[in-house]
Amino acid sequence: MDSAALSLLAAFLLSLLGLFAFIWSLRQGLLVENPAAASVIFARGEVGRVDDPALHAAQQHSLQAAATAAPPPGADAADLRARVLADRSSALPVFMFAAFACFWLLLGSVAGLTSSIKLHAPDWLVQQGWLTFGRIRTVHLTAVLYGWITNAALGLILWLLPRLLRTELRGAPWTLLGGALINTGIAAGIGAIAMGWSDGMEYLEIPWQIGLFLVAGLAMIILPVLTTLVNRRTEHLYVSVWYLVAGLLWVTLLFVVAKLPGVHTGVQQATTNWWYGHNVLGLWFTPVSVGAIYYFLPKIIGRPVRSYNLSLLGFWTLAFFYGQVGGHHLIGGPVPGWLVTLSIVQSLMMVIPVIAFTINMGGTLQGRMHLARWSPTLRFMMFGGLVYLASSLQGSMEALRSVNAITHFTHYTVGHAHLGAYGFVSMVLFGAIYFMLPRVLNWEWPYPRLITVHFWLAATGIAIYFVALTIGGWLQGLAMLDPARDFMASVTLTRPYLEWRSVGGCLMLASHVVFVGHFLAMALRFGPMRTGAALFGTARPEDLELAYGK
Amino acid sequence: MENETKLAAGAMVALGVATAALVVLPYLQVSDVPAPAKLRPYTASQLRGRAVYVANGCVYCHSQQPRDRALAPDAQRGWGRASVPGDYVYDKPHLLGSMRTGPDLFNIGARQPSKEWQLGHLYQPRAYVKESIMPSYPFLFTVKDAGEAQREGEQPLALPPGFAPAEGQVVVPTPEALDLVKYLQALDHTYPVLPAAPQP
Repeated sequence: MDSAALSLLAAFLLSLLGLFAFIWSLRQGLLVENPAAASVIFARGEVGRVDDPALHAAQQHSLQAAATAAPPPGADAADLRARVLADRSSALPVFMFAAFACFWLLLGSVAGLTSSIKLHAPDWLVQQGWLTFGRIRTVHLTAVLYGWITNAALGLILWLLPRLLRTELRGAPWTLLGGALINTGIAAGIGAIAMGWSDGMEYLEIPWQIGLFLVAGLAMIILPVLTTLVNRRTEHLYVSVWYLVAGLLWVTLLFVVAKLPGVHTGVQQATTNWWYGHNVLGLWFTPVSVGAIYYFLPKIIGRPVRSYNLSLLGFWTLAFFYGQVGGHHLIGGPVPGWLVTLSIVQSLMMVIPVIAFTINMGGTLQGRMHLARWSPTLRFMMFGGLVYLASSLQGSMEALRSVNAITHFTHYTVGHAHLGAYGFVSMVLFGAIYFMLPRVLNWEWPYPRLITVHFWLAATGIAIYFVALTIGGWLQGLAMLDPARDFMASVTLTRPYLEWRSVGGCLMLASHVVFVGHFLAMALRFGPMRTGAALFGTARPEDLELAYGK
Repeated sequence: MENETKLAAGAMVALGVATAALVVLPYLQVSDVPAPAKLRPYTASQLRGRAVYVANGCVYCHSQQPRDRALAPDAQRGWGRASVPGDYVYDKPHLLGSMRTGPDLFNIGARQPSKEWQLGHLYQPRAYVKESIMPSYPFLFTVKDAGEAQREGEQPLALPPGFAPAEGQVVVPTPEALDLVKYLQALDHTYPVLPAAPQP
């Protein structure tokens, strides 16, 4: 059978399936809105109350006043108590993951800035092998992807799940052991890469022998998470739980399959490489960040998500489409044509979950966007959500053959990757840490102004970075496609843009110094103590309740 | 949704479909393609050189996959015909690459076969290409006293004027640099291949 008939048949079968899914969803009542399910993130009677632990009491009041004229009378005490207990059960693991995340963020951004400068100063720091561009760039990637984002994401999962499931984290000591294993693996992997021991595939450089540490560590986190899930005290699983649990299972499976030693070779290895490379963003960083926004954004503004069912549609379409987009990294490469076409189609289908998410968040925020002026956490979340929309649409466009012919192999792609991993994922994780840490440490952020400084440095940095590489990469691609121009023309024209990239990188690094410094100041108990007793101390939940919304 | 089993199962099915499409099917389709008759397996020193290429992350700036004429003028730049799966049967890990900060290297052995040029270019790219932004790799070379190198029977680099070390000193490649150049010289896929079978 020829390919045209096959694809027609496939399209027919798919639409038939879609029709059945639609009829089924009607019968299940999935198209009827479900405000009760959307409200499970609030204690009873808490809807309408704003919440941003990064703010002082006085600022909380102005945030509340800006949100509603009349705040709700009071939340259910038993629910608040359950939340305090949930937070306390996860405090130590969450703190550990956040601390590791901060460490790798700082190391990773120094390595990143170094490699950025090396691209326009090629004779800088060349005497040592570990400082050469090909290695320090990979140290950067491994430190920020596995060290920063993965640690922060794991901390977020361990903190949110007990809250959302209204129970305590089971097996917390195992998660500590898991975190120790994962970070041993990351440290060993980074050392190996710097020494020149690498598996050689993008995103998968950590040698598989060291990868075993990561897999064992992830397993020790999955088991407590699943146990907590089974022992939950809520009937309904809020949509964030889906994203977080699915993401955790996905990344483990992805890593195991991609790292199987002795299986993958040649072109098939390249397809596996990009199946992994895109899925680690699409099925790990994205679901975790989207899950975080689905919790924090409504929670901060005190209003449930507008359309709960739309969020479910977003989840399943993301789960189905995102896994298959990796082939678009091999457009024009020596891979089967059907594979590339499939990936291009699914890349465009990704518009569905992204638009579903955006409509939902837009609707939820309607009339309360001005709260971002009061709440820095909300600012990070809104920035991340907007950039998610932008970078996803950009990614879908980049998968088109006509656009890809220009942007593939250029710095344009690097700009896109940073827009996603930094402008979206990292900004959401920053916001989440600002929200979580006061609850984890029972201590307020000592210098709240630094949060604003962090935000503007990071936002300006990524903006400069993205604009420079987008323009430079596009021009570079055009030059490479023009047979009349020498290849070197595509190199020399990018230099000013690469220099601007380093400027953006400097601002981002500066923002991280502010952030990690603030984190340290808080962990070391600088600044005035305003909320309750110390962490790991003997505080009774009754005392802590004061800190929560009273 | 109230059922965690359905959630986990659904998530795994979605990933399973993706894995089938992007990992298993390519495995079945292209993992056992025959090697073209004229493609020789790597020798031991070429493999060592390939390991140096991997260790120093050359792949992050150099692709090894010339594209079809219909898509890009790769052939006109002398990078060679569009590659086919058979060209890569001995490649592990694959080094297709995703960036062209520097040129494609799939046929660098045919385009620039000179060992002297390759060694000197690794030592200082700007001695040969003025505007190059490729890093120099001094750690793959040693600077020695000229007499000492001669006694040890080592062949120093002939560097362009202005890039040689101080008077009486010479630059000698390490075994890693020599292996790496052997690998680069082996990157020659100029043999003809049958046009790929029509894709289903």
